[in-house]
Amino acid sequence: MAASLHIAGIRKVFGKPDKAVEVLKRIDIDVAPGEFLILVGPSGCGKSTLLNIIAGLEEPSEGEITIGGRNVVGVPPAQRDIAMVFQSYALYPTMSVAENIGFALEMRKVPKAQRDRRIAEVAAMLQIDHLLERRPAQLSGGQRQRVAMGRALARQPQLFLFDEPLSNLDAKLRVEMRAEIKRLHSLSGITSVYVTHDQIEAMTLGSRIAVMKDGVLQQLGTPDDIYRRPANTYVATFIGSPTMNLIAGSADAGGDRHAFVIEGGVLPLRCPSPAAGTLLGLRPEHLALADQSGWRGEVTLVEPTGADTFVVVQTAAGRVTVRSAPDSTARVGDQVGLQAQAEHANWFEGGSGVRLSC
Amino acid sequence: MPHKLISRALVYGVLLLAACFFLAPLYVMLATSFKDAEQIRSGNLLSLPHSLNFEAWTLAWSSACTGTDCRGLKPFFWNSVIMVVPAVLVSTLWGAMNGYVLSLWKFRGSEVMFGCMLFGVFMPFQVVLLPMSQVLGWLGISSSIGGLIVVHCLAGLAGTTLFFRNYYASIPKELVNAARIDGAGFWRIFFRIVVPMSTPIVMVTLIWQFTNIWNDFLFGVAFSGADSKPITVGLNNMVNTSSSVKSYNVDMAAAVIAGLPTMLVYVLAGQYFVKGLTAGAVKG
Repeated sequence: MAASLHIAGIRKVFGKPDKAVEVLKRIDIDVAPGEFLILVGPSGCGKSTLLNIIAGLEEPSEGEITIGGRNVVGVPPAQRDIAMVFQSYALYPTMSVAENIGFALEMRKVPKAQRDRRIAEVAAMLQIDHLLERRPAQLSGGQRQRVAMGRALARQPQLFLFDEPLSNLDAKLRVEMRAEIKRLHSLSGITSVYVTHDQIEAMTLGSRIAVMKDGVLQQLGTPDDIYRRPANTYVATFIGSPTMNLIAGSADAGGDRHAFVIEGGVLPLRCPSPAAGTLLGLRPEHLALADQSGWRGEVTLVEPTGADTFVVVQTAAGRVTVRSAPDSTARVGDQVGLQAQAEHANWFEGGSGVRLSC
Repeated sequence: MPHKLISRALVYGVLLLAACFFLAPLYVMLATSFKDAEQIRSGNLLSLPHSLNFEAWTLAWSSACTGTDCRGLKPFFWNSVIMVVPAVLVSTLWGAMNGYVLSLWKFRGSEVMFGCMLFGVFMPFQVVLLPMSQVLGWLGISSSIGGLIVVHCLAGLAGTTLFFRNYYASIPKELVNAARIDGAGFWRIFFRIVVPMSTPIVMVTLIWQFTNIWNDFLFGVAFSGADSKPITVGLNNMVNTSSSVKSYNVDMAAAVIAGLPTMLVYVLAGQYFVKGLTAGAVKG
């Protein structure tokens, strides 16, 4: 059932040759059968274009798309054995919920009895059995979302494509449907590609995440990889909230590789590069307030979120965010010391922002 | 609050006046059509008829004379019906297909093509009279109802295309994409998804085209033959060629008969017309 997806050297150029815009610059991604791949990035990064190319709604300028071992470039969307859930749901307004779910089966000339059985199965799976006779206009946003999922599920395709399916829902429903999508994926085991600009969705749903920016694949890896070992400063700051702290400095020129010299202090961290402007990346949870530390600053903002309290500290080397316990006593205006957990330090080259290995 | 009362009265006064202004001709026509010749000669234009006399109506319908032909308006009325029904249906369906392509299957140059079609909406039709008669001649359908149907389809196409294109522009492209992935092709998407969403605009176009084609005089007078004259031309000939005394009651009855179908269409489907014109985005 589950198929592999192979994206090889995909380029997409829009416009005339003299003023062409390259939206996708040679994208290579391999998706194993049953995997849940997330395409994440800011708007305009090309993720939706890539999804449309996989779906066959747009043709690539160059490159190959292989679904289940079959090159599908030039194959019409209907013959790619895929199903897609759209941001606007794109339900057929004049058809009932049952007709919407059964439409793809009807187009494929599945006999009515078999079709009805499948519609009932899918409706039960999504708990929308009581809505089958209604029109899309009579449904709430969450119900429409379920119908859109049902329409995709009905056909048991080789590949599921999701185009920001949760972005039109309110926060509570989004969390609910996110769990629902995860449940349905583990139930069906169908290979899925999911486009989103929401990093929480990316982290919670994906078995692997592809972070894109300006048509370039920045990093492809498991959520853990992406979070703990970001390939560059873009990925480091895009994923994670509050964002990763980046502090510029350099290794001690005296040859002591165990000291990282920053504006207004020296951190006892082993820095791989003596170059000036080398960036230290530390997530807020890997920093702690410590009174006796030499690296000091002034608290400028305290943000309690319930589970955690984020303390923003202005230091000579820049502003850093620290995750602290909700019972933190830090007040705006306090002078505090900061301590970093050395084993979680990320290092990036100053100019390019590329990760430095140590 | 006398101030509010006065403004109210003023508003109703103006509305009433406008209503009288527009309804007076209809009243005069109806009243005159029920009078006999004697009463018309002696009486006042606005006076009520003494009795409901349908003689003028029967005359106008089936035995009033145009020159030596004394068959009334009946043959012209049926000519118009035979012409209007296919012309309205074909131009509406054709316009719907054009609008579908121009808004949901855009191609290189489709906007330019739409611009050119828009030109057709504003073009005075006198311009095409001569070339059109040439074309009808080549096609071998000049002076026939078939020829008139073709002319009306072509002349109405720009307008119907405009209506449908603008209506379909509000249909999200994702709907078409979803149908493509589901396995529907160009025609399936049109007939199964787009056409069922089109009821309001179809009503508008049907009423619009029916009124235009039924009321047309220019093409009717230019391209019809002796047996294919539409009712507008028939009415004109009947009223203008009466040899002896003017029988106003018959003329009025004939004019009402000629205008009745369009009035009926508005009464029956007028609500859709307003709804369709104000219908915006297609929610769903």
